[in-house]
Amino acid sequence: MIPEPFEYHIPKNLEEASRLLAQFGGEGKILAGGHSLVPMMKLRLAAPKHLIDLGRLTDLKYIRESDGRIEIGALTTHFQIQSSSLLKEKCPLLPETAREIGDVQVRNKGTIGGSLAHSDPAADWPAAILALAGEIQARNVSSSRWIPASEFFVDLLTTALGGDEVLTAIRVPVAPPRSGHAYLKLHHPASGYAMVGVAAQVLLNEARHIESASVGVTGVGPKAYRATAVEEALRGKAPSRQNLEAAAAHAAEGIDVNSDLYASAEYRSHLAQVYTRRALEKALERAHGK
Amino acid sequence: MPSTILGKRIKRKEDPRLIQGRGHYVDDIKLDGMLHMAFARSIHAHARIKSVNVAAARSSPGVVDVITGEEIKGKLGLVPCAAGIEGLKVPDHPCLATGKVCYVGEPIAAVVATDRYLARDAADKIEVDYEPLPVVTDPEKALQAGSTVIHPELGDNVAFVARLEGGDWKAVESDSSLKVIKQRLINQRLAPASMETRGVVAHYSPGEETLTVWSSTQIPHILKTQLALMLGIDEPHCRVIAPEVGGGFGSKLNLYGEEGVACYASRKLGKPVKWIESRRENLLATVHGRDQINDVEVYVQPDGKVVGLKCWIIADLGAYHQLLTPAIPTLTALMILGCYHIKNVFVETKGVFTNKMATDAYRGAGRPEATYVIERVMDMVARELNMDAADLRMKNFPSPDEFPLDLPTGVTYDTANYQKTLKRLLKISGYSRLRKEQEKLRKQGKYLGLGLSTYVEICAMGPSSRMPAGGWEFGAVKVEPTGKVMVLSGTSPHGQGEETTFAQIAADVLGIPFDDVTVYHGDTFQVPMGIGTFGSRTTAVGGTAIHNAAMQIRKKMARIASHKLGVKPGELIFSEGKIHTRDGAKSMGFAEVAAEAIFAKQLPEGIEPGLAAHSFFEPSNYTFPFGAHLAVTEVDAETGEIKLRNYYAVDDCGRVINPMLVDGQIHGGLAQGIGQALWESHVYDENGQLMTGTLMDYAVPKAHQFPWFETETMETKTPINPLGAKGVGEAGTIGSTPAIVNAVVDALRPLGVRHLDMPLQPEKVWRILKQHATA
Ligand SMILES: Cc1cc2nc3c(=O)[nH]c(=O)nc-3n(C[C@H](O)[C@H](O)[C@H](O)COP(=O)(O)OP(=O)(O)OC[C@H]3O[C@@H](n4cnc5c(N)ncnc54)[C@H](O)[C@@H]3O)c2cc1C
Repeated sequence: MIPEPFEYHIPKNLEEASRLLAQFGGEGKILAGGHSLVPMMKLRLAAPKHLIDLGRLTDLKYIRESDGRIEIGALTTHFQIQSSSLLKEKCPLLPETAREIGDVQVRNKGTIGGSLAHSDPAADWPAAILALAGEIQARNVSSSRWIPASEFFVDLLTTALGGDEVLTAIRVPVAPPRSGHAYLKLHHPASGYAMVGVAAQVLLNEARHIESASVGVTGVGPKAYRATAVEEALRGKAPSRQNLEAAAAHAAEGIDVNSDLYASAEYRSHLAQVYTRRALEKALERAHGK
Repeated sequence: MPSTILGKRIKRKEDPRLIQGRGHYVDDIKLDGMLHMAFARSIHAHARIKSVNVAAARSSPGVVDVITGEEIKGKLGLVPCAAGIEGLKVPDHPCLATGKVCYVGEPIAAVVATDRYLARDAADKIEVDYEPLPVVTDPEKALQAGSTVIHPELGDNVAFVARLEGGDWKAVESDSSLKVIKQRLINQRLAPASMETRGVVAHYSPGEETLTVWSSTQIPHILKTQLALMLGIDEPHCRVIAPEVGGGFGSKLNLYGEEGVACYASRKLGKPVKWIESRRENLLATVHGRDQINDVEVYVQPDGKVVGLKCWIIADLGAYHQLLTPAIPTLTALMILGCYHIKNVFVETKGVFTNKMATDAYRGAGRPEATYVIERVMDMVARELNMDAADLRMKNFPSPDEFPLDLPTGVTYDTANYQKTLKRLLKISGYSRLRKEQEKLRKQGKYLGLGLSTYVEICAMGPSSRMPAGGWEFGAVKVEPTGKVMVLSGTSPHGQGEETTFAQIAADVLGIPFDDVTVYHGDTFQVPMGIGTFGSRTTAVGGTAIHNAAMQIRKKMARIASHKLGVKPGELIFSEGKIHTRDGAKSMGFAEVAAEAIFAKQLPEGIEPGLAAHSFFEPSNYTFPFGAHLAVTEVDAETGEIKLRNYYAVDDCGRVINPMLVDGQIHGGLAQGIGQALWESHVYDENGQLMTGTLMDYAVPKAHQFPWFETETMETKTPINPLGAKGVGEAGTIGSTPAIVNAVVDALRPLGVRHLDMPLQPEKVWRILKQHATA
């Protein structure tokens, strides 16, 4: 429970942070809320030689709307998202997801950028950002790019971020009319992370059939993923229980499903299906209500 | 006159400092020149140690010393075991391993450095060359011929076999009208996981030749004696202080090797040495709880009367004995009959060594296991006979006028009215309405379950004849010249709130404001003698000692006041800070009389000056609190998830001194008991590696996982002590576990489910649901 020695740096701005990151290469690590990195260091599962604390970069803490999109700064905490009235109105899936993360202390310290950059296989944000077809901004000393969520999560604790890139922002489209959302999670009894977590967003057409559905799943495989087979199966379909059930059956298709002391792979696959159907039901109910 | 202060919801004296972070725990103790210690621990469950190379650690920055098992051999005593069991095998248990290791996490060497981080870094540089030996983690396998023997010098892995038998088994066994119901039940291993981990600061002063030890312990006085023996220091030179202690749940009712090594290091180096346990070490190397296999067999008349119970207990003790390791399962045997007057009993308890951390006291300590066995079995009997679970229990309760009741287990229950708590429970929970709701839901394919548990526990430990180191408790009351009162207790509360309860008791006897009383405990230089806090004894035994000491003070003050006022002592009343006659005509202030006593100008003849009294209270028996709990659970038919919808508890712990503190004990106890039923399990793999070594894996219960607890208390006083208090520290844990399991099994009854092992993980339930769906 005591980390290995490291050097601690406090950059004053993003440029300096990027420079330090580039300078230290593989030996440097960004520190945001510290709620994933510090536990790993204390267990000596991570031992960066240099910590680059973004704490001073308060301009990376924001939630704003422009051009039909919501943009969130990387250092925005889970609690700020949970309590944002803008988001409750324009993208309610995000506050609904934030509410399910950890406990009060974790939500007050942990950041959305840190969670995405960490890519924990049971973290909540990846499911929501995938379901919303969000994009993630990455910057290094010289350039900046937007990475689609579908390309961002590469593997267990691995993302598309380059070694010299800082994650600076996330953007997602404002929820369109006739859409509904839901995030449903079964909490792991010990860690509180997702044993399974499903984020769903559905869009209805004029006939009140499913125009499109998007489903992000976490806790099930080595990384969060979009359940594309579920989404395909629902396109243009009536929102009947039968259709939902048939579609949700694909929820863990092709995934190398996790197993631990609390849930075998077989059971987790089953949970993924049930939670997917239930998340879709709830999202549809909300879409109908609009 | 009814008390103005006993039975009142008075806020805890200790809370302002604790809530504001102004209390002092062991880790807050900082001394000049203090060094820090870290341990290198075994990564193997069973191995010969071929060599321990500490060279790299020694030359690591900040390192002052590295201590190995070889070094302390003969200089530091063994970790003691105080359990008095006939024929008990006690393996040598050195503070640091030499020659071999028997569980993962066993301390091998200690690094002492100038700071905690450097000590840890250096400890990781200690190289141990192991020769792995075969590992046995399953106690049944440890009993098989051909199993690896953990302590070859002891012959086999059986530490002891204890039998308890009572009644007339010939008659029972030849009665063919009796139904026999058998079941194997498992009480899985748990981690006590107190909020504050263990910690110790040892400070040996070479000049005075005194050893002062701050330890996060429940038993400072016992620890002082044992450390003195371990280190060969004269006991009067040894002082143990338990500062604020952030929970123990039995796990700090112990003396650990790490404490011994810290003292050894301080004496050797002439500097204070601190060791603070990490959470990982706490899960790995602080004692675990439970871990029993219980094969039970009951003999029942067709009308539901249970006439006999047999139980074979296999208790997994782990690799070594800690202070009370082998004694814990013997409490299971003692309480196996629960609150039923079953006339014939047979229990065989086998304590078995395995390559795991030692088990020992954990909240309830042997009694939750017993309650789980008897309460699961009563439900099975009810079901077999198609009786309602409540009716069956009523049928087997002794009537209130049968008490004191001698049980064939050899214990005598003091007082009880089991019918009363159960009836009240059925009423406040709307039991018959719930049964109707259940019937309706079953028709809709929904699973609602009701689970009863009517428990009795043994506590207020206890008569000295039954305890390894005395069962009395010490209490002292001193009145200062200002009239303020100091209370000392030999108990060592660590979160329960007895600073408040004890102040209430003293204030009540002396008729003074609660705020005028200050309670101290935990320092062996301040409190001359003591046993400690465990076994729900603190208020019933420790509180009584304070009550008795306060009574002596009261008598003396009455004599002094009567002399001054010219009335008989018996005419005087102590209330609201005054000592006065009933009509109030003659009166003196409490402080005034105190000053008289202490300044001693005009004392009546034969009265010594001063106002300090102490008492050693020795109870003549244990006490036996009881209660009735009901859990209402819903099972998700698709996922097997269990929702605890309601929880009702009616507990009778005798006289209630402070209802708010009783609520607190019940709530926390329920959380831990429910935790065992639903989530907790400390799991080793077959190589003896702990699979649940962090709180990411070990499921400690959390507040948000519980519904509102509906609790009530009733008061059936005990005659064992003048307060009439029985004890409540463990009741919630003891009562709740079987209520939950009974509720879930009841929910699944339509599927023919008869039993499920704990913890009731949703996957287990889902597999049953699935099987049923395909059948
Ligand atoms: C008790 C507890 C319970 C928790 N429960 C949950 C839960 O239920 N669900 C859940 O999803 N999470 C949970 N978490 C994790 C929590 O949400 C973390 O806050 C989050 O995963 C990481 O965010 P952070 O800001 O703390 O990142 P840090 O821990 O500071 O960093 C995490 C990783 O991301 C990198 N990083 C951080 N920010 C950036 C950036 N801007 N650019 C590039 N790299 C960056 C770091 O270098 C590090 O590798 C829990 C944590 C704790 C301690």
